[in-house]
Amino acid sequence: MKLNRKLIVSAIAAATASLGGLASSANATELEVTHWWTSGGEAAAVKVFADAFNAGGDTWKDGAIAGSGGTARPVIISRIIGGDPMGATQLNHGRQAEELVEEGLMLDLTELAEKEGWKDLVRPSSLLDACTLDGKVYCVPVNIHSFQWMWTSLDAYKKAGVDAPADWNEFVASAPKLREAGITPLAVGAQTWQTNGMFGVIRMGLGGIDLFRKTDVERDPEAIRGETMASIFKAFGEARSLDDENNSIQNWNDATSQVINGTHGAQIMGDWAQGEFQVAGQTAGVEYDCLPGLGIAPALDTGGDAFYFPVQDDPEKTAAQLRMASMMISKPVQVDFNLKKGSLPVRGDVDLAAANECMKKGLEILKDPANIVPGGDQLFSQDTLGQLEDLLAEFWTNPDMTPEDAHDAWATLYEEAD
Amino acid sequence: MDNTLSNTALTEPHGPRPKRLISTRNIVLYGFLIVAALYWLLPLYVMIITSLKGLPEIRMGNVFSPPVEITFAPWAKAWDSACTGLYCEGLKVGFWNSVKILIPSTIISITIASVNGYALSFWRFKGSEIFFTILLFGAFIPYQVMLYPLVIILRELHLFSSLGGVVLIHTIFGMPILTLLFRNYFASVPEELFKAARVDGAGFWRIFLQIMLPMSLPIFVVAIILQVTGIWNDFLFGIIYAGTHNFPMTVQLNNIVNSTQGVKEYNVNMAATLLTGLLPLIVYFISGKLFVRGIAAGAVKG
Amino acid sequence: MSNNLTNQQAPASEATGRQRRHPLLRNLSAKIAAIPMVLVTLVGFVGCSVWSIVYSFTSSKSLPRETFVGLKQYDRLFDSSRWQASVENVAIYGVCSLVFSLGVGFLLAVAMDQKIRFENTFRTIFLYPFALSFIVTGLVWQWLLNGDFGIAQVIRDIGFTNFEFNILSDREYSIYAIVIAGLWQGTGFVMALMLAGLRGIDQDIWKAARVDGIPAWRTYLFIVIPMMKPVFITTLVIIASGIVKVFDLVVALTDGGPGVSSELPAKYVYDWMFGRGNLGQALAASTVMLSTVLIILIPWAYLEYSQKKDATHG
Repeated sequence: MKLNRKLIVSAIAAATASLGGLASSANATELEVTHWWTSGGEAAAVKVFADAFNAGGDTWKDGAIAGSGGTARPVIISRIIGGDPMGATQLNHGRQAEELVEEGLMLDLTELAEKEGWKDLVRPSSLLDACTLDGKVYCVPVNIHSFQWMWTSLDAYKKAGVDAPADWNEFVASAPKLREAGITPLAVGAQTWQTNGMFGVIRMGLGGIDLFRKTDVERDPEAIRGETMASIFKAFGEARSLDDENNSIQNWNDATSQVINGTHGAQIMGDWAQGEFQVAGQTAGVEYDCLPGLGIAPALDTGGDAFYFPVQDDPEKTAAQLRMASMMISKPVQVDFNLKKGSLPVRGDVDLAAANECMKKGLEILKDPANIVPGGDQLFSQDTLGQLEDLLAEFWTNPDMTPEDAHDAWATLYEEAD
Repeated sequence: MDNTLSNTALTEPHGPRPKRLISTRNIVLYGFLIVAALYWLLPLYVMIITSLKGLPEIRMGNVFSPPVEITFAPWAKAWDSACTGLYCEGLKVGFWNSVKILIPSTIISITIASVNGYALSFWRFKGSEIFFTILLFGAFIPYQVMLYPLVIILRELHLFSSLGGVVLIHTIFGMPILTLLFRNYFASVPEELFKAARVDGAGFWRIFLQIMLPMSLPIFVVAIILQVTGIWNDFLFGIIYAGTHNFPMTVQLNNIVNSTQGVKEYNVNMAATLLTGLLPLIVYFISGKLFVRGIAAGAVKG
Repeated sequence: MSNNLTNQQAPASEATGRQRRHPLLRNLSAKIAAIPMVLVTLVGFVGCSVWSIVYSFTSSKSLPRETFVGLKQYDRLFDSSRWQASVENVAIYGVCSLVFSLGVGFLLAVAMDQKIRFENTFRTIFLYPFALSFIVTGLVWQWLLNGDFGIAQVIRDIGFTNFEFNILSDREYSIYAIVIAGLWQGTGFVMALMLAGLRGIDQDIWKAARVDGIPAWRTYLFIVIPMMKPVFITTLVIIASGIVKVFDLVVALTDGGPGVSSELPAKYVYDWMFGRGNLGQALAASTVMLSTVLIILIPWAYLEYSQKKDATHG
């Protein structure tokens, strides 16, 4: 990892130098970039972008907004609507920006995409599809993020004297032992999106990828109200007893810290959690372990982060926006950024020798297209996702809510979803 | 119930006169007051001592124990180098942003409101009372009703997410209570004074500038106190209308406190919280009675 | 106080030489000076409210669109369990704030009115939180109420090792954390208003009561409080309109959690307006908030107005 860093840095310099050639005709331009990457691992990853952009002669003006997408999105969207667009902004691609694109508020990147052949580079292709509206490309996918992971603290299991679980069922079975050792089995942050994500992972793990396709992609009413879904709600209901009753933690990375410190056994969280383990100096397979698809049904939902470039009046800014878009998807930046972030690169043609155990597991799963499903942001509007989040957060925190009621309310939201 | 109430507010207590120093009555009375005072002081005390402790001490000790070893590092970090995202510049950026928002907002809103109040007291015209009534209702309209249309209005004025935009917003939302304040104050000015000036041929602006302004200094101080604390403490307008590069201190505080990189640094968070509250607290401690009179006059209206 | 101002069209100077003007031009400077106020009331308060109400009947997503759908947004709003929780919470918060801040505020004011020593010190202590931002208040109490570090830990250290007090992560009680923090900030203000009201009461009342041998508590209960009715009503309206607006405090203290157990209407509007891209839903919620405020306000305004009329003519 250390050795490779130098290589990567020089590679970035080389790449940005060639970009600089492209840019040298224009003046250096400052672009403000808004995002909600504020945890340790995330900030390190953003720095890769910023450094590469600055190396090309432009200036990256960082506009981080703390407190997850739920806090940041209102700020970002109100600014675009309010006519003061930033140079570039992170959004989860898919339907978050749909309307803003339709309204012509986002820069059309089609020309650049065709020139650089994004269509052939980006894998899986659904990522670029999520950026495309009426045949035109409006965003740059920068990583593949999947929520489908569970992170376990091997230290915690050692302390409790049980074998670390290989899948969800073993984890549930081991929970009482952890409790005896004074360890809380499951670490959960209180923000609602985390509960919703966790439910998605348990759903995929226990119900399998076919069920997920039926419910989320095809919206098959029988599957949505079916027996399997009912049993999943029951399992999720039972999992409510696994977390810390007195949990006072909001952020996902604070929950990850609990796993890192071994006070909690496991966390269900997306692959971005990996960046935290890395920042803490831990190694996969030694201090912690990762179970994709709860160790039962390996699958990846390809949500991810993408950057949009709101339309600017100043042609120089537009040129700089294109330079930034090109930089973000360039080979060396993709490698370095994703290693820091703990996510997978969107290009299939990069060498990830430096990837750690967990990322390799992810890459392996990614090889089989059958394992890939679209992420929630691509399937549902923010409106629907918000309602689902509220419902599942309520179910998770309210022991009086029965799985049957939750299932019914959930199914109703699916049926009414646009 | 008019502003004579607020003017006499702090003169004489009216309760029955106490007899002896130590009596059941006094024990109950002072006991109640002291217990209440402890409840109100406790959070401030905890904030201050926490901000002066090192992280290990926080994890070990209890929140009420005074620091074994006093350190100002959390304060320095909160001001200078606490991080959100890539920028580790602490609260100082937010502080200056808040100052930049505060000064024009206070001046403009008070100027407009004082003229309003003056016009409403001495120069009523047809419909002026109707506008004033609507304005008063405006003080109670939930901000949420106006958030989105104001985004559109500011966009059309090319003011969205700029200093000018947020200043305009503060002027709008400050207008009801300030206008009321000035209207009530000018209403207590003897009418003869105004009439005499009119006979001398003085017009609208001359009377305002030469007669009314010099004699209304106290109410201006009250208005300034109200606006300074109100604008400084604003969060909602700052986060929506000021734009990321103009985020005021409260927004930056929330940002810093909510982005943890590694461990949660409670001492830095507390220092940041205190720093954000410092200016209104200073204004409050210095102004003392005027502050009370300000809120009483602003709230208990005629 | 308003009756001495009613006829100040100030025709005095009209006679001093200048020609008679068109009625619209009369009093021109005052009208020009009032332009900002007129704009703010018409465009700002009235215009924006009307706009929001109109668009609450549309299916607007991120951007406003004229796609009218009748009462659909309201149907969904009233069906939403989060909105129900928000309304329930604002009721709990409201009742607790009103009862405790009025009750404690009045008691404090009475105590302060007993010719006590250190009156200024006590007043300073009770009132200082009012100078702070809700964000600051929220963060402080989040720290104090933290079940691992805060007050709970102190009590455990004293010897009650099993003591559990963690209302922030308890869905039944999280709203009371907001109540506690809100009261800490606002009660001193109520006390100041009450004290101003008490000091406004005629000394002679007390003398008369003492001559008649009426005990102090009875004087307060049956004479002073009824006399302070206007102060109580005004305070009530101020507290009530503040309750509907609470937003920053929840954001800083609980962010609505755990689950949706401490959500409030203002946050519902904010979340759906920008982040979750359903403007119609957000505006329907804000319209309901506006109606609630008007329901509180109009009877009060009517009362105030009719009282003034009586005063003028009586």
